[in-house]
Amino acid sequence: MPLLEIEHLAKAYVTGEERQPVLEDVDLVLDAGETLALTGESGSGKSTLLHLVGALDGFDAGEIRLAGTPLSGLDEAGRARLRLASIGLVFQQFNLVPSLTVAQNLALQARMAGRADPDWLAELGQRLGLSRFADRYPQQLSGGQQQRVAIGRALAARPPLLLADEPTGNLDETTSDRVLELMLELVDDTGAALFLVTHSRQLAGRLDRHLHLSRGRIA
Amino acid sequence: MNGVALATLLSHWRRHPLQLFTLITGLALATGLWTAVQAINAEARASYAEAEAQLAAGRQALLVARDGTIPVDQYVTLRRAGWRVSPVLEGEVEYNGAAVTLLGIDPLTSPLARHLAPTDGEAGLDPLAARRTLFAGPATAERIRSAGTGLQVVVRDAVAPGTAIADIGLAETLLDRPGTLSHLVVLSAQPRGRPPLDAVAPGLTRIEASGAHDARRLTRSFHLNLTALGLLSFAVGLFIVQGTVGLAFEQRRGMFRTLRAIGLPARRLLAIALAELLALALLGGALGIALGYAIAAALVPDVAATLRGLYGAAVDIGLALRPGWIAAGLGMALLGTLLAAAQGLWRLRRLPVLATARAEAATRSNATTLRFQALAGLASLGLAGSVIAGLDGLVAGFVFVAGLLLGAALLLPPALAGMLALGARLARGPVAQWAWADTREQLPGLSLALMALLLALAANIGVGTMVSSFKQTFTGWLDQRLVSELYVTAETDAQGQAIHDWLEPRVDAVLPIRHADTRIDGRPAAIYGIVDHETYRRHWPLLASAPRVWDRVATAEGALINEQFARRAGLAPGDALPLAPGWRLPVVGVYSDYGNPDRQVIVALDALLERFPGVANRQFGVRVAPDRVETLAAGLRDRFGLPARSVIDQAAVKAHSLAIFDKTFLVTGALNVLTLGVAGFAILTSLLTLWTMRLPRLAPLWALGLTRPRLAAMELLRSVALAGLTFLLALPLGLSLAWALLAIINVEAFGWRLPMFLFPGDWLTLGALALLAAALAAALPAWRLYRTPPAELLEVFADER
Ligand SMILES: Nc1ncnc2c1ncn2[C@@H]1O[C@H](COP(=O)(O)OP(=O)(O)OP(=O)(O)O)[C@@H](O)[C@H]1O
Ligand SMILES: [Mg+2]
Repeated sequence: MPLLEIEHLAKAYVTGEERQPVLEDVDLVLDAGETLALTGESGSGKSTLLHLVGALDGFDAGEIRLAGTPLSGLDEAGRARLRLASIGLVFQQFNLVPSLTVAQNLALQARMAGRADPDWLAELGQRLGLSRFADRYPQQLSGGQQQRVAIGRALAARPPLLLADEPTGNLDETTSDRVLELMLELVDDTGAALFLVTHSRQLAGRLDRHLHLSRGRIA
Repeated sequence: MNGVALATLLSHWRRHPLQLFTLITGLALATGLWTAVQAINAEARASYAEAEAQLAAGRQALLVARDGTIPVDQYVTLRRAGWRVSPVLEGEVEYNGAAVTLLGIDPLTSPLARHLAPTDGEAGLDPLAARRTLFAGPATAERIRSAGTGLQVVVRDAVAPGTAIADIGLAETLLDRPGTLSHLVVLSAQPRGRPPLDAVAPGLTRIEASGAHDARRLTRSFHLNLTALGLLSFAVGLFIVQGTVGLAFEQRRGMFRTLRAIGLPARRLLAIALAELLALALLGGALGIALGYAIAAALVPDVAATLRGLYGAAVDIGLALRPGWIAAGLGMALLGTLLAAAQGLWRLRRLPVLATARAEAATRSNATTLRFQALAGLASLGLAGSVIAGLDGLVAGFVFVAGLLLGAALLLPPALAGMLALGARLARGPVAQWAWADTREQLPGLSLALMALLLALAANIGVGTMVSSFKQTFTGWLDQRLVSELYVTAETDAQGQAIHDWLEPRVDAVLPIRHADTRIDGRPAAIYGIVDHETYRRHWPLLASAPRVWDRVATAEGALINEQFARRAGLAPGDALPLAPGWRLPVVGVYSDYGNPDRQVIVALDALLERFPGVANRQFGVRVAPDRVETLAAGLRDRFGLPARSVIDQAAVKAHSLAIFDKTFLVTGALNVLTLGVAGFAILTSLLTLWTMRLPRLAPLWALGLTRPRLAAMELLRSVALAGLTFLLALPLGLSLAWALLAIINVEAFGWRLPMFLFPGDWLTLGALALLAAALAAALPAWRLYRTPPAELLEVFADER
């Protein structure tokens, strides 16, 4: 059974009178441990698709199944439980909790899921080069360092699926490369599947698969 | 999961201790002021309960002798004739320098005896039978014990403070008055067909049950005033809580979203946020109760003095932590926090996981809020207006005040926004324009603190105007009313006559003060008889009068009544007043009589004596040249062995009355100042909490070339300007409040109306204070801005997302 199955997925945003279809008929399958890059023009609906897969938002038609569980059948609490246990999220904005230290941010999701493994957390911190900053607060870190914390937090609970939306969009090229390198390495080690939204064709080329979103469909 | 999530929520406070401090302090202040008032009220009420026993005695009719004492034979005669009466011997004993009223009673017949029955702990013992036992309240008992009398003292909470009860035999010994009684209590059940009083005991007068209820009604309205003030302070405190809780939610919006995205269900998040709030509320509430206790302890002596002096209710307030007001305080803290946090919690419940620019913009819509506030404010004012136009009564008065204050508070932000918009339009130069517009944009964050300031200022102006008006009137009234240089009280009628005769040739005039306690229309009233004298004609303060008023009083063709009577009975000059069966006089004048809860009538003395031949003749006002007062007083004391308190000179009476008056409002004044302090604190906390949002606004201007000192000065100026505008709006509000207090609430509660005097000097002081408070509150943030290193300002740009 594939990790992620998307069938005939459709989503439209309604603002006032206006209905704007974003995803028309998306089909997609992702196996466990597989890495996938999604590209597409700005406004094509990449983030929207990622949010739907991450059970962060509801859809209009079709179905998403994560490890066999259909998302349409889950209520708010069920979706939250699914996110906590099975999904790691990394966004363009780093989304760290400003009042928690680096170490606390790193462990946050794993602790909430009741799966904090001190050895793994220590290893993560070390491999992401964060050991020195463990007791600092996010605003005392550079952008690249902050994004490394976010990646660590997303992988700390060893989720089967990592969702990343332009994780390096805010970083310069060299930093961006190094952060991505680390992320791919860790994804590989944990055996997580990766669903990465990116603008970079070069980066997309390095993943197992590369899909392009255009006019609400996967091309 | 819950633990981690709660810890994450709490981590915010560790990083922002100032916010935490503000929140807890706001809660503590709100709860504290409220609790203080509750504590004072509860303690005062408890004291009345203790005084019940004494009041109960006052509710029975009494038989008294004209000369003050009743021989025991007369009592025996009455009993033999079938009258059911219980003897009482009353006098004063000194214990450790303090006078204690000793009531000697007959344990078998006295209505007081049931309060003294043996309790479980002393089963079998009947202390009264021991004949060496005094019964007293806790404080009095302690005093008697410490005097080392060798008497057994049993504590009974029911005994009024300052009073001890004993078997009448023991009282005779202690007072050294064997064979005499002070008065007889007429028991409620009397046999039919007993002979009339005149036939059995011609020397005795019957006094009907006294108006103890009026005293209680008055004290209740005093409580009402205090409670209203307490609620007002609580509301002011809540503004702080509302501000900080709102900000804490606003600032943690990102954290909440992250937690939700990671997988914390919305409901769970809400529950955890609620638990956090309640824990903080309990903490703040507990601190507030401690604070309230301290405030109450500081104010209680003045409250006690106020009640004792103004209403004659015996209160002996000792402050105890009572579960009742602790629970009420904590309840208010929890309720207030929930109320203040309702909006934040509601938003949290509906917080979308995904931040979209559109959703953010929608929640911040400012214009809608202002419009809503304006409409709600106008509705509130409309309600207040229609209530006062359509309804009478104390409740209507308070609804009016509440509606007025709420409406004005709600109208404040739209009014300020309007003024600022006008300022922006008139401003010249880009910086000034920016300053006006920016201040307007800041308004939502500051409006709660400014509302608190508005209420505090209005309360200050309102209550201040009331107190000052009261004082002005009261002083003037005392000057008019207390004209006689010396007031003498004799111990018996015979002595009274002797004093009268002795004084007559030595002074300008002796004016008897004689009155009969009676009932008019079933209500207790006092009828005073006066002799015709220019003292009254020239000085007596009349509010309304018919032509030739004094001539008509002197010839017994008319009566004067006090304002309370006129208002409660709806009487005016010209109306007929039935004074006793077969005795009617037209009302010819109404005089002001502040501080007196009872109905009062003045008629010619001869007319009074005709109807009430037995009225006591013990009190006199003496007109004499001021320089002779002292020698005359000394002469009186020597000649008649009068105690010091029986010969009082006018200056002392005035000083005493004014002192009592000042005490009355000291409590109000203290709470007022505290409220203003709280409002100043609210501004400070709002500014401090807005600080984090302030830097991103100011950094671009700094980058454009405005220096930090200039920016800091502008911040200071902004705060002062807002406080100034708020003060301008508080002025009419405060005066309306004063009007409501003087013309509505006072009339309903006390029965007299006070003229309103304006004291612009006080307003200037208050305005200056408000500006000072605002400047002080803004000083710390401004100083921080002044000292902000450029690197921190630059971070604003680095963080731009
Ligand atoms: N909450 C929303 N309400 C209404 N419309 C939305 C909302 N979120 C996104 N859209 C619209 O949906 C479309 C797809 O947006 P989405 O963010 O998925 O694009 P994207 O492919 O991630 O773009 P980018 O590469 O710029 O991040 C856009 O036209 C956007 O305006
Ligand atoms: Mg996107």
